[in-house]
Amino acid sequence: MSFAFAIIAGLTAGSAIAAVSLRNLVHCALSLVVTFAGLAALFLQLNAEFVGFAQILVYVGAVAILIVFAILLTRGTESAPPAPITTATPWAISIAVAGFVVIAGAMLQSKAVPLPTMTAIVEVQGQKMELPLYKDTNPKPTVKSIGAKLMTDYVLPLEVIGLLLTAAMIGAVIIAMQERKPNSQ
Amino acid sequence: MTPLHYYLLLSALLFSIGLAGALTRRNAILVLIGIELMLNAANLNFIAFWRFSPNPEALHGVMFVIFAIAVAAAEAAVGLALTIAIYRHYRTTNLDQVDSMKG
Repeated sequence: MSFAFAIIAGLTAGSAIAAVSLRNLVHCALSLVVTFAGLAALFLQLNAEFVGFAQILVYVGAVAILIVFAILLTRGTESAPPAPITTATPWAISIAVAGFVVIAGAMLQSKAVPLPTMTAIVEVQGQKMELPLYKDTNPKPTVKSIGAKLMTDYVLPLEVIGLLLTAAMIGAVIIAMQERKPNSQ
Repeated sequence: MTPLHYYLLLSALLFSIGLAGALTRRNAILVLIGIELMLNAANLNFIAFWRFSPNPEALHGVMFVIFAIAVAAAEAAVGLALTIAIYRHYRTTNLDQVDSMKG
């Protein structure tokens, strides 16, 4: 585990906890920005530069602003926020902890996720050899190769996503538009 | 280089935090924040598996994450528009008080 990963992971997880547990909604949104930025840094660490910058543009730039706008638009006449601890809270937290334990336990025992120390015994020309399961391929994708993929193999999903974004934009505008009173023609 | 399973553990942790947030908070916007955290945890899993896959030149993980980010952006826009519409109707974003469909 590298030092940079430890710092980024701690920051990301800590700000994620803050984003879902703070009382003030604006503080939650600001913690969420830190979480998104930490995830973008992790993407950059994983050699996925394009996805990292797309994450910054879309999440830090657009989604976070949208959430802040929604928070500010919906807190007019509300009195003090209700107490966060309800009868459902211990249940919800135990469900989340159980989910984490199941995912982490399944992952650490899975053979599809080779630990760096794991080896596989394979037979090559009658001789048994011990080969490392863990390989570091260290890919270096370029924006050019991503663009070529988008325009060849993934051109149909790209068109569908464009249609979906258009429909979502029109739908969001129509849903959030002021309702016209029926007798004001 | 950090091994794969650290990234997967962090992703599982982020998913659980998002799940806990979506289940415990009663504000509609905070439920959406929890869902966004879960989506981002899945994206981190995709990128981590792609990074350590035997054939990363196919770029499948990167493509999936790009499309997932686009879908998440559309989901956030529509979800927050719905929250604003609900607030205009009920004057609250507390999900426990939004409990009738006829209004």
